[in-house]
Amino acid sequence: MNIKLYDAVGSFAENKDVAREIRINKILPALEENKEVMLDFGNIKSATQSFIHALISDIIRKKGIKALDKVYFKNCNDTLKKIIEIVIEYMQDRT
Amino acid sequence: MKIHLPNSVWLGNINPFIHSFDTSNDEILEITSHEKWVSVHPVVLCMITGLGLFIRERNSILNFKKIEATSKHYFERMGLFKILNLKSEIKINPHESAGRFIPLQIITNSLELDGFIKEMIPLLHLKPEQAEPIKYIISELVRNVLEHANAKRGAIVCAQYYKKSNTIRIGVVDTGVGIRYTLERFYHPKDDLQAIALALTPGITGTTTRIGGTEANAGAGLFFIKSLAKISRDFFMIYSGRAIYKLLKNPKNKKPKLISDPLKDHFSSETDLPFWRGTAVGIDLCLNNTLNFNELLNLIRKVYREARKKQNKEKYRKPKFI
Repeated sequence: MNIKLYDAVGSFAENKDVAREIRINKILPALEENKEVMLDFGNIKSATQSFIHALISDIIRKKGIKALDKVYFKNCNDTLKKIIEIVIEYMQDRT
Repeated sequence: MKIHLPNSVWLGNINPFIHSFDTSNDEILEITSHEKWVSVHPVVLCMITGLGLFIRERNSILNFKKIEATSKHYFERMGLFKILNLKSEIKINPHESAGRFIPLQIITNSLELDGFIKEMIPLLHLKPEQAEPIKYIISELVRNVLEHANAKRGAIVCAQYYKKSNTIRIGVVDTGVGIRYTLERFYHPKDDLQAIALALTPGITGTTTRIGGTEANAGAGLFFIKSLAKISRDFFMIYSGRAIYKLLKNPKNKKPKLISDPLKDHFSSETDLPFWRGTAVGIDLCLNNTLNFNELLNLIRKVYREARKKQNKEKYRKPKFI
């Protein structure tokens, strides 16, 4: 499943409500069906840590870190990569 | 209540202004100002607006004494009188340059914030790389208000760009429950300052005791913002309840280092201030000094990792062998 985030959030991804909707209505159901998920950040210049957290943290929380084996982050610039890395990193060492 | 706008209030000298705030009678709000010149940080405008709206909602008396200072046009242009539904009788020349400011806005929901972020950057006439941290700061601060402050009137925001110093000054204020109340459920801070310090600590959020937060909150937003101010060697302040925490300018001869514990940072604080119902946040950001956003993220990643290790270690208990 390819999810084009720009269509939902524009060039600055900060709306956590939209992130939550995408997570609940698209990402989690696709993973439930054992499908791969492509999160396409094309045309997105930046995001807040809160947006990325709302988009993916609950996936790791609910399905474990292995769920990320089926999630791909596409067309991310350096800023987006770093924010995604920060969130995934702290989600992995949470108690 | 009484509040006086003195000659000049910036983040560096805001404490006397806050001390002069008389909260004794909330049936009336009297606002007075310096008669010759008044120049204030956007956070002050937001605070005045917050108090004015609070009074309006209670149907109490708002007595805003006519501003005589020659700088009175600034208050008109920033939309203070309009937002408080007051007639200012101040005329602004419509052909004047638009300036570089974001007038006072009230944001009450996520959709309004979306629209505001899209519209605000053209008002500041900044380059995309300069706009990046500003969008970030406003989004995170306003979302904090919408999610945690329980503020009926939402978030009050305004900003001003100062060309000479190439600095943007931002204020985000609410008149909600305040930081201490938000954190009380899980952390029981002993006072407002400890509550502010907790809110600034990476990984701590008012929604859980779990390090790393919930699916919606990571407890990192304020730490990111404080880090931006630290790296750009600027002021950042939070005033909530009776306490103020102010990150001081990092000395120029000292390389700024991100520190996860806000009470070990270069800061000043007070704990006996007039009670502010809610939270007021002010930040200055010199655009000359702002580190490349990617480099900042590298630093944040490192400090965040170290802080979380420490927090996890503190939670871990070892058997005591005697």
